[in-house]
Amino acid sequence: MWGRLRPEFDLIGNDAVRFFLKVFGEPVAGGDMIQTTMARGNHAPSEPYVDSVVRKFVLAATFWGIVGFLVGIVIAWQLVFPALNLDLEWTTFGRLRPVHTSAVIFAFGGNVLLATTMFVVQRTCRVRLFGGEALANFVFWGYQLFIVMAALGYVLGITQGREYAEPEWYVDLWLTVVWLAYLAIFLGTLLKRREPHIYVANWFFLAFIITIAVLHVGNNLAVPVSFTGAKSYSLYSGVQDALTQWWYGHNAVGFFLTAGFLGIMYYFVPKRAERPVYSYRLSIVHFWALLFLYIWAGPHHLHYTALLDWTQTLGMTFSIMLWMPSWGGMINGIMTLSGAWEKLRTDPVMRFLVTSIAFYGMSTFEGPLMSIKSVNALSHYTDWGIGHVHSGALGWVAFVSFGALYHLVPVLWQRSRLYSMRLVGYHFWIATLGIVLYITSMWISGIMQGLMWRAYDQYGFLQYSFIETVKAMKPYYFMRASGGVLFLIGALIMAYNFYRTIKGDLREEQPYEGAGTGQANMAKPASAVAAR
Amino acid sequence: MAMAERDPVSGKNTTGHEWDGIKELNSPLPRWWVIVFYLTVAWAVGYWIAYPSWPTLHTYAKGVLGYTSRGEVAQDIAKAKLAQAGWMAKLKTATVEQINTNPELREYAMAGGAVAFRENCAPCHQQGGAGAYGFPRLAADRWIWGGALAQIQTTITHGSRWAADPETHRMDMPRFGDDKVLNEDQISKVADYVVALYKAPDTANTLPGKAIFAEHCVACHGEKGVGNTEVGAPSLKTAVWLYSGTKEGIMAQVHSPKMGVMPAWGAKLDEAVIKELTVYVHSLGGGR
Repeated sequence: MWGRLRPEFDLIGNDAVRFFLKVFGEPVAGGDMIQTTMARGNHAPSEPYVDSVVRKFVLAATFWGIVGFLVGIVIAWQLVFPALNLDLEWTTFGRLRPVHTSAVIFAFGGNVLLATTMFVVQRTCRVRLFGGEALANFVFWGYQLFIVMAALGYVLGITQGREYAEPEWYVDLWLTVVWLAYLAIFLGTLLKRREPHIYVANWFFLAFIITIAVLHVGNNLAVPVSFTGAKSYSLYSGVQDALTQWWYGHNAVGFFLTAGFLGIMYYFVPKRAERPVYSYRLSIVHFWALLFLYIWAGPHHLHYTALLDWTQTLGMTFSIMLWMPSWGGMINGIMTLSGAWEKLRTDPVMRFLVTSIAFYGMSTFEGPLMSIKSVNALSHYTDWGIGHVHSGALGWVAFVSFGALYHLVPVLWQRSRLYSMRLVGYHFWIATLGIVLYITSMWISGIMQGLMWRAYDQYGFLQYSFIETVKAMKPYYFMRASGGVLFLIGALIMAYNFYRTIKGDLREEQPYEGAGTGQANMAKPASAVAAR
Repeated sequence: MAMAERDPVSGKNTTGHEWDGIKELNSPLPRWWVIVFYLTVAWAVGYWIAYPSWPTLHTYAKGVLGYTSRGEVAQDIAKAKLAQAGWMAKLKTATVEQINTNPELREYAMAGGAVAFRENCAPCHQQGGAGAYGFPRLAADRWIWGGALAQIQTTITHGSRWAADPETHRMDMPRFGDDKVLNEDQISKVADYVVALYKAPDTANTLPGKAIFAEHCVACHGEKGVGNTEVGAPSLKTAVWLYSGTKEGIMAQVHSPKMGVMPAWGAKLDEAVIKELTVYVHSLGGGR
C-alpha cells in the first residue's frame, strides 16, 4: 500500500515539513561548512571505540532478561496456583511483581538501551565515547547497583508504592547520579562527533535520556522520614500525586520503551537490511510529533477518577493524536525493508526486527483505542491492560532487543557469525508462539472480565460477584503463564547461542537459503545504493 | 558536500547523509499518514469544543454538551434507582413472609438476594451457602439461630456476637476445660458419647459419657442432642458440623469453645436488601 503512493500526490504536509526541516532538521549550525571539510567514506574512528563496556551491557541485558522473565513466570503461575507464593512475605505476588516489572523494563530493557546507545553513538559519530572507558564503567556498575538495590528493597517490602517508580529515595538519588553520568557520556560523544549530522537514532536516544531524567526526578520528589531510614513521603498528595505518577508512568512507556527502542530500530533495521532508511522527512516529523504529543497522554490512566474532567479530556485527545506519530516509526521501519524482503527468509535476526515493528504498530494502535473513555470504561482495571502492555513489551521491546543483541554479539566479540542461525530461528518461533498465547488469553480474559463486571439482570442487579469474575479468569491465567514459559525458553536458547558464539564455536548446520554469513553488513555502505 | 544519490530499488534520491554505512531516502511523507494525522487533530479539536477541555487561570472550558463525569454517574445511578423504585417500595412495606408468598415479589427478592449474598456473604458462607470450617452451612436445613424467615432476618440484621449491636445473638458455650468444669477424662468420655449420638445412636446409651452429657450439655443441646435455636446451640445429631465432628474436634470445642462472630448487616445494608437476603438464604436451606 505504501509503495504505491506517489510523491506528486503528497501535497499536504510537506510544506509544513520544509519549515520544520529548517528549524529542527539540521542540528548543526553551519553544517555545510563542516561537511566540506570532512572526508567522506572514511568510517574508521580516530581511536578504538569503547566496546568493552558495551560487551558488559550486552551480558547484563541477557542475564537480567532471563531473571525478569523467570520472575514474571513465577508470579503468573501464582495467579493460577496461589500456594506458589510459599506463604512467605518475600515471595508474595505484591513483592515479586515490581521485581518482575523493574527487571524486564529497567534491568533488561535498560541494559539493552545502554548497550545499544553506546554502541551506536560511537559508530554514527565516528568518535570514541566521551569520558572513555572509565566513565562508561562507572555507569555500568552504578546501574547494576541500582538494579540490585531496587530489587532487594522490593523483596524486603521497601517501596514507594508508585508503579514503575517503586524504589525509595536513596535508590532514586543514586540512579540520578548514574543517569546524569550517562547523559554526559552521550551528549559529550555527540558534541565531539566527526559526522556533520546527528543520525536519527541518536535523536531518539537523546530524547529518551533527557526525558527519563526529567520524569525520574519530577515523579520521585519526596521527603525522607530520616536519613538513616528507607521510608519517604511524596511531595504531592491526592489526585495531584496520582497525576504526577501517571505523567511519569505513561512517559516511561513513551520515552524509555518507545523513543529509546525506536532509536535501536533506526540503527539496526537499516543496518541489517542493508537498505537506506525509508524517509528522512518522516523520521523528523514523527520524532517531533511523538515527543510533543506523548508527554500529554498520561491522564488517560486516570479516566473516571477524581482527576478533573478537562485533564482527562486532554489525556485522551492527545493519545488519539499520538496514533500517526507513533506509526511514523513503524512505516519507516517496515518500508526500509522494501527491496530487502527476501531477508525475512534468509536472516532470522531480521524476523525479530520486522516482527517487533509489527507488534509496535499493533500496540500503538491499541493504545489510543484504549484511551477513548468509552473503551476505557470496559478495558480499565482488566487483563486487557496487561495484554496490551505485553504485546508492546514482549512483541516490540523484547523482540527489537533480541534482534539488536543477536546483531551485536558477533560484532562485539569479533566472530565471523553467530554460533547458530538455526537456533535464532527456533528462538523466534517459540517466543512468537509464547506471545500469541499470552496476549490472546489476556484479551479474552480482559474483555470477559470487563463484561462480567457490567452485566445486569432484568431487575437491574449485577449478575456476577467479583469472586466469580476471578474464578472465570483461571483458564486464561494458565494459558498466559504457559506463553510466558515459552518466551523464557526462547531467551535461554538465545543465552546458549551467545555463550557458544563468545566461546568462538560455530555450529555445523544447514545455512538459510541464500544467506551469507549472516554478518555481511558490517561497516560497509548500504550496497544497494549506487552512486548516481 | 551532501551528494544525493539515486537508489536503484526505489528510484528515490537519498539525502546524501551517511552514518556507519546507513543512508536515508528523501521520500515524502506518505499522504494517507498525513491525512489521518490531520483527521485525528480535527477530531480532538471537535472533542475539546464538545467536552470539558482547556484550562484557563481560574476555570476551564466547560464544553458545549455540559458534560461532567460526576453528573453522568449521578444520572446513571438515579436511572437505575428509579427502575427499581417500585420494587423497593413494595419490599419495604411487606414482611418477609409476605414477600416469600407473593410470586412476583419473591422472584425479585431472590434475584437481588443472590447478588447481595455473593458480594457480602459468600466470602465466609461460600457460594451457594456451602459453608466452611467455622462458617455455618446455609444450604442445609439445620439452623443455629433458627430457620424461620423472621429468625433469619433477625440474625442477618443483628449478627452474632457482634459487640456493636445490642440486639445481637450473644449466647456463648461454657469453657468446660479452660474453666476446669470438666477434666480431660470427662471431656474424652462426653466426646465419645456425642460422636455415638450421631453415628451410632443405639450404642450411645451404654457409654459413660451419657451422665456427663445429661448434667452439663442437655440444658442447651437438648436431651437427644437436637440443639436449641433459642440459645444458638447447634444440633449434635447431624452430619453437618460447624467445626468438626471427629472426637478430637469435639473435645477441642468442649475444652475451649470457638465462638464465631457474624457482623450485624443492619448497620451496612438497606432494610429491603436484608429482606431479599432473608428470602434467598431461607431458600438455600430448602425453604421450610
